[in-house]
Amino acid sequence: MMQRHVLDDLKKTAAEKPDKIAFSDGEKGLTFAEVDAVRDSIGSYLHAQGIYNKPVVVFMQKSPEEVAAFFGVITGGCYYVPIDEEMPEGRIRLILRHVKSPLLICDETTRPRAEEMVKAEELSADIVLYEEIRAHEIRPETLEDIRARALDTDPIYIVFTSGSTGIPKGVVACHRSVIDYVEQLSEILAFDENTVFGNQSPLYFDACLKELYPTIKFGATTYLIPRTAFAMPTVLVEYLNTHRINTICWVVSALTMISAFNTFDVVKPVYLRTVAFGSEVFPVRQFNLWKEALPEATFTNLYGPTETTGMCCYYRAEHTFADDEVIPVGRPFPNREIILLKEDNTRAAAGEEGEICIRGNAVTLGYYDDPERTAAAFVQNPLQSLYPETIYRTGDIGRFGEDGNLYFVSRKDYQIKHMGHRVELGEIEVNVDLLETVKMSACVYDAERKKIVLFYVGDTEEKELLKTLKGKLPRYMLPNVIRKTEALPFTANGKIDRRAVMEQYQSKN
Amino acid sequence: MEELLEILGELHPDVDFENETQLVDDGILDSLDIVSLIGEIKRVFDVTVTAGDIIPDNFNTVQAMMALIERLEEEA
Repeated sequence: MMQRHVLDDLKKTAAEKPDKIAFSDGEKGLTFAEVDAVRDSIGSYLHAQGIYNKPVVVFMQKSPEEVAAFFGVITGGCYYVPIDEEMPEGRIRLILRHVKSPLLICDETTRPRAEEMVKAEELSADIVLYEEIRAHEIRPETLEDIRARALDTDPIYIVFTSGSTGIPKGVVACHRSVIDYVEQLSEILAFDENTVFGNQSPLYFDACLKELYPTIKFGATTYLIPRTAFAMPTVLVEYLNTHRINTICWVVSALTMISAFNTFDVVKPVYLRTVAFGSEVFPVRQFNLWKEALPEATFTNLYGPTETTGMCCYYRAEHTFADDEVIPVGRPFPNREIILLKEDNTRAAAGEEGEICIRGNAVTLGYYDDPERTAAAFVQNPLQSLYPETIYRTGDIGRFGEDGNLYFVSRKDYQIKHMGHRVELGEIEVNVDLLETVKMSACVYDAERKKIVLFYVGDTEEKELLKTLKGKLPRYMLPNVIRKTEALPFTANGKIDRRAVMEQYQSKN
Repeated sequence: MEELLEILGELHPDVDFENETQLVDDGILDSLDIVSLIGEIKRVFDVTVTAGDIIPDNFNTVQAMMALIERLEEEA
């Protein structure tokens, strides 16, 4: 029978390997049987509260329990909205205001902040502790009924991504997209029950789908590596070795953190056999260090926006690269098509540049409660007008090389990739411009030095400004260089001239 | 010491570095910060910090960082 619910595998795995650790933080973990019981309890609790087909916020520390809470929300026929303790208050409040969830699932560490914010926003949401509902009485018949009513087109999560208007966009994905993604990705990266994942991605991004769902599909194990380990390369590699981690899907900056400081001279990740990376360009010199340190491992470049469920293209990097070469984006996973559209909405020929557009059931449902921005990016396939067919326009410009591989060329707008995160420079500017002490601002990206550069005109000092921004923007969106200036350059039609701002910045470096 | 405090102050103007004792373990300095910090230490003190020395014990306090820099200066 075709799988149509993303958690169908969990019941089966929990029966086959009840005592195997599913998710662990390195010190404590949850077994498959425990995860299965917790999610049934939380699903039953939601039903008892009359919450069904609603967004449910999960605001917890990154932990195995948080994963179990996600699954509990899906089990109750709802969709989870992950909020992270490290998100700044301003952003969390925007999200809470936007999703209007009837319930927040918290832990002891996040509850006080959740209570404050719900009050400040005057929301009518209940707050409940995970501890209080994890052993709630399970109602098997009720859960079976919810399960039977579920369609694979029903949503399972909302994750938020940067939006240029200053309001993050909530991408809503359904069972079908995730089932298909997990199936294709698992095939390409050869996951199985012996896979031991070392998770790097925060749980509030779709990037963690790579570990969470294959873990329950195969009965594998995922270690949620503590964030602090990523600051110390030898500590990180020793963590991988201690837990015999053999598979990592990380942002490039986490990998270069290891290779750039000659970590391999001190210690090597001896169990690693699958290394996948993505979300930004891997500098070839750093890639080569990895390839040489782990000649037996497979290295796979992944590409894909949140709006099409995780990743959708891959390239197997089987050799080292020359300094002037780039690692291709590669080819689409099965069951997806990449269409390159030119300005006139016709298909780009081989070698021509075009906007990367994606077709297939990986295309998510759209942005939550945001028909305008959804309509701008999720559009009718312009190559045919005979029946409705939605494709997603990524805003990335690419071209197909002679080798048949897709190559990334540039962005259409001011979205950048910084430390593996998607950042709209416009979102930073909007937040700066909202401050009373600032008259205007312009943000540019120094791609070579990987620095977000902010110029502003105003009465506040640089340090003060940075302090204020910390309460509004996530850490990866904070400008790395802040310059107060007397005036900003304008273009002929009265817009801030970012190119001139960039030149002004570079002339002083 | 002042030069080091200045570098750190640029990264986190809101942190009282002289009185923090768990800069790495509490996640005040994350991987981004460590990369910038090591780059700045190289620029200002002309010493290269490599993986073996990038451990929490050397970065949890300002004093430990200063001791590391002094040791690397002597070894150079």
